[in-house]
Amino acid sequence: MKFFKLIAKNLLRHKLRTSLTMLGLAVAILAFGLLRTVVTAWYAGVDASASNRLISRDAVSFIFPLPYSYRDQIAKVPGVSEVSFATWFQGTYVDNRPEHFFPRMAVDAETIFDLYPEFLLPHDQLEAFKRERNSCVIGEKIAKEFNFKIGDIITIQGDIFPGTWQFVIRGIYKPKDKTVDPTQMFFHWTYLDEKLKQDSPFRAGNVGWYIIRIDNPEDAPAVSEAVDRMFENSPAKTKTETEKAFQQSFVSLSSAIITSLEIVSYVIIGIILLVLANTIIMSARERIREYAVLKTLGFTSKHIFILVAGEALFISIIGGAIGVAFTFPVVAGFGAAFPTFFPVFNIANSTLALAAVFSIIIGAVASIFPAIRSANIKIVDGLRQIG
Amino acid sequence: MADTIVQVHDVSKSYHRDSIEIPVLQNITLDVPEGEFLALMGPSGSGKTTLLNLIAGIDRPNNGSINVAGTNIVQLGESALAQWRSRHVGFVFQFYNLMPVLTAFENVELPLLLTHLSKKERKEHVETALNVVGLADRIHHYPKQLSGGQEQRVAIARAIVTDPTIIVADEPTGDLDKKSADEILLLMERLNGEFKKTIVMVTHDPRAAERAHKTQHLEKGELIQ
Repeated sequence: MKFFKLIAKNLLRHKLRTSLTMLGLAVAILAFGLLRTVVTAWYAGVDASASNRLISRDAVSFIFPLPYSYRDQIAKVPGVSEVSFATWFQGTYVDNRPEHFFPRMAVDAETIFDLYPEFLLPHDQLEAFKRERNSCVIGEKIAKEFNFKIGDIITIQGDIFPGTWQFVIRGIYKPKDKTVDPTQMFFHWTYLDEKLKQDSPFRAGNVGWYIIRIDNPEDAPAVSEAVDRMFENSPAKTKTETEKAFQQSFVSLSSAIITSLEIVSYVIIGIILLVLANTIIMSARERIREYAVLKTLGFTSKHIFILVAGEALFISIIGGAIGVAFTFPVVAGFGAAFPTFFPVFNIANSTLALAAVFSIIIGAVASIFPAIRSANIKIVDGLRQIG
Repeated sequence: MADTIVQVHDVSKSYHRDSIEIPVLQNITLDVPEGEFLALMGPSGSGKTTLLNLIAGIDRPNNGSINVAGTNIVQLGESALAQWRSRHVGFVFQFYNLMPVLTAFENVELPLLLTHLSKKERKEHVETALNVVGLADRIHHYPKQLSGGQEQRVAIARAIVTDPTIIVADEPTGDLDKKSADEILLLMERLNGEFKKTIVMVTHDPRAAERAHKTQHLEKGELIQ
């Protein structure tokens, strides 16, 4: 602590240089935090997956439906405690602009909220939803974004399922925590199926995928195998996997983009490390004579090392702290600008920890070479340097 | 008869420039009694600054022994030598070598940061040292706000603040006008006379050397009696 004042005063020697370096570090950490948050958002579905839920879909492709009749058979598989199902509806709200997109699914109104306790829906709203065939439940973020209230009617123009569809909002769910998607819309699968029976009877009686709750997460492989074996010789074979693996398969479709973002985030850290190293090398070189004088006064090589490394760490920690502090409003603004594109857009604790650790590592690594060089300078050589 | 505080015995020193060995000091033997004010004179390149550096423990001889204040400093490791310097040597440079970002007070306080003194004790020591050199009213001034003579006085305060055994001064008046140089020499005389400090001073200036008790001449790396 005795040397803290000396470190601080050295930092203020070139205020502009120090400020710009700190600013550069802050921007780098901010960019790192933002990119990591985008990557985390991509994995939000994977992270929010429950270990006791399995997803069963068509073995060939997710886009092919499964017969509704599978439901009762799946429910009889040992280890299965409850079965629900859903169908991807898509459709268009207002127009095709991304800001008007939110996930819309036809679900089994009786069971879906039992299977997803992370969607918090008041009991009276749940009962109202179950009672009314053309009702729907929406996430609170969607309600806020489009100013929807209970009783309002949402009109969706169907595409996969053509026609004009109207739904009465009977419930607005809240996410249990920040990892849960608050932008979804659920309506009665029976409402969809009845319309299909009238307009396209050959498409009726199918669901998109089954959601299976199991008693013991450790039984997931056995239950999955049992379900798939049951429909092995059926026209619609199933592929059953954990919810996490199911979500992961969607993420893997964008793996090239995600990997690129991750690489760019680390490249940014590498670049700012070099910038800081350059700054510290310049500063240390300018002060070789001063370090020699300090050694004459009795300062050891260790003391000189501390002075140089302390300066780099001070810059990197302060710059990193500024970067982290600004990451919060920037992420919030980014999330607000694309509310439905990234339904779950929060700074993960791991991102904050990485940003903090990298701030320290940048300072430490950037200072190693100049600190060792300064610490090992011979006094007589240092005193000969033109100050 | 005063005790000998500096014993330089058969010391040689050479430097290497590329592959050429350049001898600087050859078989130097020198005793400095405690309380002495010794001036080392000689032409450029005679080795006087090298001898001063060896006595101060900031350079090492090729051979021979150097005993200062009862310690054979040639045998000390880097860290031990640094600690020894902080306790026994006060160094005064030609170009003052103050830290430009520190005030006079902070510059003088620097050697005390290596001690176990409390902040209050350090403050007392620094104020005393600055009083001795007559700069109590410039305590919060930065080096650039001081004249050359004042800067050198701050450097002297820094050299004496730890109450070292010996003060070594390398051309302490070499960068000063006559008036400032006289003030510095007067101060050094006072440190020697009043505070009984042993001083070894390198100088080109015969008038500065006249203020010392004794003058030793070096030429081509050898002491001339």
